Amino acid sequence: MLKAMLEEAWQAMGANRLRTFLTMLGMVIGVGAVVLMISVGQGARYAVNQTISTMGSNLFILGSGPSVSGGVKGSTLFTLKMADAEAIEELDHVEVVAPYHHPAPAQVQFGANNWKSSVVPTVPGYLDCRVWNTVAGRPFSDSDVRSATTVALLGWTVAQKLFGDMDPVDKIIRIQGVAFTVLGVLAPKGQSLDGRDQDDTLVIPLTTYQRKLFGESFRGSVQLMMVKAASSEAMPGVEKSIAALLRQRHRLREGVADDFSIRNLTAVAESAAETTRIMSLLLGAIASISLLVGGIGIMNIMLVSVTERTREIGIRLAIGAREQDILLQFLLEAIIISVAGCCIGVVLGIGGALLTNALTGTAIIISGSSLLVSFLVAAGVGVFFGYYPARKAARLDPIESLRYQ
Amino acid sequence: MTRSAPVPEAPLIRVEGLFKSYATPAGPFPVLKDVNLTIESGEYVAVMGHSGSGKSTFMNILGCLDRPTAGQYALDGQRVAQLAKDQLAHLRGRTIGFVFQGFNLLPRMNLEDNVALPLVYCGIGKEERRRRSREILEKVGLGSYAKSLPNRISGGQQQRVAIARALVNRPRLILADEPTGNLDSHTGEEIMALFGQLNAAGITIVLVTHEPDIAAHARRQVRFLDGRILSDQIIRPRLC
Repeated sequence: MLKAMLEEAWQAMGANRLRTFLTMLGMVIGVGAVVLMISVGQGARYAVNQTISTMGSNLFILGSGPSVSGGVKGSTLFTLKMADAEAIEELDHVEVVAPYHHPAPAQVQFGANNWKSSVVPTVPGYLDCRVWNTVAGRPFSDSDVRSATTVALLGWTVAQKLFGDMDPVDKIIRIQGVAFTVLGVLAPKGQSLDGRDQDDTLVIPLTTYQRKLFGESFRGSVQLMMVKAASSEAMPGVEKSIAALLRQRHRLREGVADDFSIRNLTAVAESAAETTRIMSLLLGAIASISLLVGGIGIMNIMLVSVTERTREIGIRLAIGAREQDILLQFLLEAIIISVAGCCIGVVLGIGGALLTNALTGTAIIISGSSLLVSFLVAAGVGVFFGYYPARKAARLDPIESLRYQ
Repeated sequence: MTRSAPVPEAPLIRVEGLFKSYATPAGPFPVLKDVNLTIESGEYVAVMGHSGSGKSTFMNILGCLDRPTAGQYALDGQRVAQLAKDQLAHLRGRTIGFVFQGFNLLPRMNLEDNVALPLVYCGIGKEERRRRSREILEKVGLGSYAKSLPNRISGGQQQRVAIARALVNRPRLILADEPTGNLDSHTGEEIMALFGQLNAAGITIVLVTHEPDIAAHARRQVRFLDGRILSDQIIRPRLC
């Protein structure tokens, strides 16, 4: 009987093709929008999470100088000292402290190959903080820092630009004209949150930078420090104790502003992740509204259809149809329209997502589970909005519907 | 639900003290007032009366499309008042065949499917539906039109299709409401001849009409006036 009813539903829909098509279009657009938005939203979240995971977790960045610049400080010396780093390392819940300087632009040379990159002068702990391993060779050690040896680690991009397919380990390169031995190559990290290539860099010992590149003696002060806390729960406490420790060590009286800044990198990352999450949620919500509108479209057309076919319903009741037969017949039509609309919508949504990816390079993720969920929700919308008109049809009075003109 | 075996003593239709009134803003409006009627299996009854005499309401109650306000109606020994909606649908589908004044074929379906429609609601398979529908269409002389749509054939032919649809489930009772009302007299005579054949084959027929010429084909005439039976006379003996 179900088969016969499906055939009838098909026939009824075929009788008014344009109307069926337009009703279906509402569902198609709704489902298509949901699939597209979910793909783009999930892609964006994936990209952000990917970047965050390359940044390292539970990190603070300490900066020399006041957080808010007063504009009067004339000292070229940085307020953070190497001794501060050692003292901070003694604090509870602090795992690593890595003093470093802002990446400085530098011309790098190997044989005939030239590349303009930037140099990060730091200590081995920096790589631990950023969870950055070498894919070839080895990282430099604390003794390299102490004796200011001329060794360098190459970022992936730099290694590619200078050496191509060659193995860079133990080769001699020139940074700003000074010869350095390549100790190793760092694993690729990709783009940072602000879109810079994190692999276009070289890492050298902090002391080497000052003595060999600048020809000054190392005076024990640093521009920045990266601090890794033991856990994210410990971060607020660590932040307070670092601030207290530094104020004490720098002999800052009450009321005097900090001569350093503390930035919670994890909080920055979290807010970026949260922003993307809210954005994808919003996209999904907007798309869901179009799905809802599609559902209302189905309900509207089904109600019109029930009214138009009142007499037909009366005839069917008179020749032996039960209420549930009529209910099923109209429900089937709504379900067919919404399921067919869903299928087309899913295909169009995937197509749209792939097109977005191809045109703008935006990351997209098409996951089977999200497709399934949008499909089920849309089919549910069809049943939900189809049920009321179908019930209305089933409850019609046989005599009145037979008299209906 | 199995069809109860026909008990020879029990009449096909037994109506006792039937009342029907419609709710109007001015209070209940009585349409049927104390109607008593018994119709045996195999009878051919014409129900006559002016419009508003209650004959159509009476037919709707007989056809289980409407329920009486008070009184008893037993169809084939079953008290209809006690049946659930689905059981009424079952009776309409298998015991009763309806023929309407306006034919009431479904315009989008071809004749074969129209005739087979009652079988869909009995859960009969496609091949069987097609076979039976073809057989009945042949019987009413429209076998070659099986794939046509209703609007391609004449009114008389449409009424034949409607009769075929009423017959397809082998009902014991045919209820016809002014079946010739939309037809010219010649075509009407043809339809009445068809009813005569059906009655001769043992099917009980109850026919509502206001035309004496049409009523003359029946074997028994029941006249309604103001919701009551005015007269009830047998004009020809039953065949069986």
